[in-house]
Amino acid sequence: MSEPATFSSLKRVPLHALHLSCGGKVVPFAGYEMPVQYAAGVLKEHLHTRTSAGLFDVSHMGQIRLRPKSGRVEDAAAALERLVPQDILGIAPGRQRYALFTNNEGGILDDLMVANFGDELFLVVNAACKADDEAHLRAHLARDCEIIPLPDRALIALQGPKAVGVLAKFDAGIAAMRFMDSGPRTLLDIPCFVSRSGYTGEDGFEISVPAADVERLVTTLLADAAVLPIGLGARDSLRLEAGLCLYGHDIDTTTTPVEAALEWSIQKARRKGGAREGGFPGANTILRQLEEGAPSRRVGLKAEGRAPVREGAPLFADASSTNKIGRVTSGGFGPSVNGPVAMGYVPTPLATPGTGLFTELRGQRLPMHVAKLPFVAPTYQR
Amino acid sequence: MTTLFTSDHEWLQIDGDTATIGITDFAQSQLGDVVFVELPKAGRSLKKAETAATVESVKAASDVYAPISGEVVESNDALAADPSLINSDPQGKAWFFKLKLADKSELDGLMDEAAYKAQTD
Repeated sequence: MSEPATFSSLKRVPLHALHLSCGGKVVPFAGYEMPVQYAAGVLKEHLHTRTSAGLFDVSHMGQIRLRPKSGRVEDAAAALERLVPQDILGIAPGRQRYALFTNNEGGILDDLMVANFGDELFLVVNAACKADDEAHLRAHLARDCEIIPLPDRALIALQGPKAVGVLAKFDAGIAAMRFMDSGPRTLLDIPCFVSRSGYTGEDGFEISVPAADVERLVTTLLADAAVLPIGLGARDSLRLEAGLCLYGHDIDTTTTPVEAALEWSIQKARRKGGAREGGFPGANTILRQLEEGAPSRRVGLKAEGRAPVREGAPLFADASSTNKIGRVTSGGFGPSVNGPVAMGYVPTPLATPGTGLFTELRGQRLPMHVAKLPFVAPTYQR
Repeated sequence: MTTLFTSDHEWLQIDGDTATIGITDFAQSQLGDVVFVELPKAGRSLKKAETAATVESVKAASDVYAPISGEVVESNDALAADPSLINSDPQGKAWFFKLKLADKSELDGLMDEAAYKAQTD
């Protein structure tokens, strides 16, 4: 078979050759050629991550340093608070926090991780948004910060219950890290940034590593019998079972943090009556919705039976109504749940777990119900 | 008995005026892990090229088209109960349904194994 012409415009990650040598099936994703699965297949890769350790290449994601011109990290944090509703000043050195770039309507431009490295901030953003995010940061923060993208660093994740044991062989101190600890660490004499976090619901680590050294680190990790390479297919089913949002699907510029059920990510300091209330794009809408709620809400959804209900499927309040009341934004088969799992938006009065709904699949109404998220309990080491 | 193939990666085992139909090993390798299959009920009349079955892998849903016209005489309950048979034994235990042929001349356009293999290589 010949490769589609679109491949020619795609970028490659530093581990491209290794993906192919591991039997990776490479597909276009967010402008990159990325492995969607390896020889084991999505199902086995998913289950392996939940029981052992899975190694993911997420080098397509954007890594950006925010270096305060004043030399004081608080100044970078205060500047970044102009763009996100999170308490960035409250991130202690060595810690990281989930954040959202919002727009003037309260919609979400991207979701990201923000770490405080003591003298600067380190951001990880989505691949498809990274050019826009960088421009957004330059437009609003250039006065206070140097905005330094890191295209020469790869990003890998080691996820699953055995991840900590695998990494502790190279750095005994790694086991003392807590969930959402983040900072520079040396692995195999390579200067890395390591955080105890991930996108699977499992305990695990994300490791930023110079592109020139990533193959050596990954080859060493894959030599451990506990570790298998995992593609983006299993990454998607793992994060869906964990109830985590995928930007561009479950959240986007038309959904607010409150509609997206991400209120937990907005700390008191930025809310009404907080020490630094508002002051971010869309604050009027978001602060009001935090008090009053929003008309629609992201929920977990389970279908009766075994047929997966996928993104875009319509939702109806009853078996016969033609009035679409919501839609599925992520859906598929959950290998650990051993059944179909989905997320979607419904009117807030229908967002209570247990509420019965219907979708339409191949011309037939199929009963679903609102389910509590996550579908699989996280094993984060807090 | 002869086995014939379609360019949509289905196989048909012809026994008199009955065809047993499934998808090929190449098809299952492209689909990945199959988690759900919807099969046509016995008695249903299928027209050639009409959607006859749906296969859901972890990744995506795929339609399986009727390679020829006819009436479904049996569908494989064991496959409905364990869709992973498609991955483990696509051209054996994982047959989808049996069809009573409406028009044997429709078989003329199908490939033998050698022609099908040449297409997927």
